[in-house]
Amino acid sequence: MSFRMARRRVVNVVMLGATGVCAVMSVLALCFILGYLLWNGGHYLSWDFLTKLPTPVGQSGGGMANAIVGSGKILLIAAVTGIPVGLLAGVYLAEFGGNTMTFMVRYAADLLNGVPSIVTGIFAYTLVVLPFHEFSALAGGLALGIMVIPVVMRSTEDFLRAVPGTLLEGALALGTSRWRGIATVVVPAAFRGIATGILLSMARVAGETAPLLFTSFNNRYWSTGWMQPTASLPVMIFTYAISPYDDWQRQAWAAGFVLLMLVLLINICARALLLRGQPTGR
Amino acid sequence: MAYPPPAEGKKPDAAIRFPAGAVAKFQISDLEFYYGPKKVLMDISFSIPEKTITALIGPSGCGKSTFLRTLNRLSETVHHSRMEGKILLDGTDIESMDLVTLRRQVGMVFQKPNPFPKTIFDNVAYGLRVNGVPRGMTLAEAVEKSLRRAALWDEVKDSLRKSAYALSGGQQQRLCIARALAVDPEVLLLDEPCSALDPIATAKIEDLLLTLKDICTIVIVTHNMQQAARVSTVTGFFLLGRLIEFNETRILFKTPVRKETEDYITGRFG
Repeated sequence: MSFRMARRRVVNVVMLGATGVCAVMSVLALCFILGYLLWNGGHYLSWDFLTKLPTPVGQSGGGMANAIVGSGKILLIAAVTGIPVGLLAGVYLAEFGGNTMTFMVRYAADLLNGVPSIVTGIFAYTLVVLPFHEFSALAGGLALGIMVIPVVMRSTEDFLRAVPGTLLEGALALGTSRWRGIATVVVPAAFRGIATGILLSMARVAGETAPLLFTSFNNRYWSTGWMQPTASLPVMIFTYAISPYDDWQRQAWAAGFVLLMLVLLINICARALLLRGQPTGR
Repeated sequence: MAYPPPAEGKKPDAAIRFPAGAVAKFQISDLEFYYGPKKVLMDISFSIPEKTITALIGPSGCGKSTFLRTLNRLSETVHHSRMEGKILLDGTDIESMDLVTLRRQVGMVFQKPNPFPKTIFDNVAYGLRVNGVPRGMTLAEAVEKSLRRAALWDEVKDSLRKSAYALSGGQQQRLCIARALAVDPEVLLLDEPCSALDPIATAKIEDLLLTLKDICTIVIVTHNMQQAARVSTVTGFFLLGRLIEFNETRILFKTPVRKETEDYITGRFG
């Protein structure tokens, strides 16, 4: 074998090996984070952790039930405010937009996506917390809702565009009005992809801490209703992690693990939903 | 009437005929169609007889599909398109008609089967749910009637709740025909309905069309001259956006008036 051939072969093997190693490293990173969280906080994971309120320092037991429920409430508000807006905006972009309008709206959405989350938090603070003189789950949910909009809008638009135009034509040929045809034929055809986009957007905002720091603030007790300071997992982790108490720091690890599991679960569901999807035509 | 009335200053075209004694379903006068600045249909004037099968033939890109879509105003969905001239459906200008009413009366089946991503039942029921079920019938009865008309009932009656995508290509196309028939249209437009199907499925659909012509007027665009010869009563030959000849099928194929028609039929160009 000539030198050139041999060198080509070596380069080939080295590069393929390098790509393989990097792929493994990416997976290892996730396993490392999971493992480290479990190692440091796994001891604290218990039924009590998931169902009890935090206890004073030094007292054993206690948990983060209020943070888990609080996160749920905030995410619910984020979903209710962000998803419909993003969905309908995506429908507009895919079906009705002319060239200029579509470009501008899409560009604005991309910019919104890039706004630092803490700035979104300040915006929600000015809009909701100041007028009501109250930290609230509503403010936190609104901040997260604003972050949900661009993600849902883009994925809705992309998946709607992927639906063949002949489907809507078939509906129009039957005497359906345009909006009804879109709502009853095109959107259901793109449903799986849209649902995936929604799930991924929720997974993304579930872990956001900065916007919650001065919107929903924190709470060591249960919060009733929507207009009170509300505990949430990310903020609890932050508070406990920077505290000087070893006990609390370990609890932060456990909370981190719970949060990560929640996000992973949503991501896995989103993937499974997309993979199970039937193609929209032959 | 033997000829559509010629426009002022124009002579009647000897190659555009109309079957004696037949009633005109569509009367098209001076139809011109533009995609943006480009003129794709020119000077089209003729009449389509009712309760017959009219075939439109011609080489690719000659405008026959574009013309078909003007009949139910589906051509309007294309941005920057413009139509000039007049099309009358039973004497009424289709431009002045309510779009929903027009499309209920003039149904369409497309080249590639496009069933909705729903069950077989819901596909046929879609038009009924939008436009209302005919009086005296339940939804299920109306769906069955359509599927029987489309010669599909026996094949699907036990699997109505299955996805439409579980059907074969030919069955999907017959499902699309059933879907279009469900709203009892007076006209059925078919745009090369068999081009994506195998010969057996094609034969089934051709037989189906022959049974349907007593119920509604059928206009079928086809690339396949033999198909036009098999099923149609009248045929129109399109070339480069113009209607060159329109006559009874046997006359057009045996003794065409225009040279272009003869060249196309004998295969000098395709």
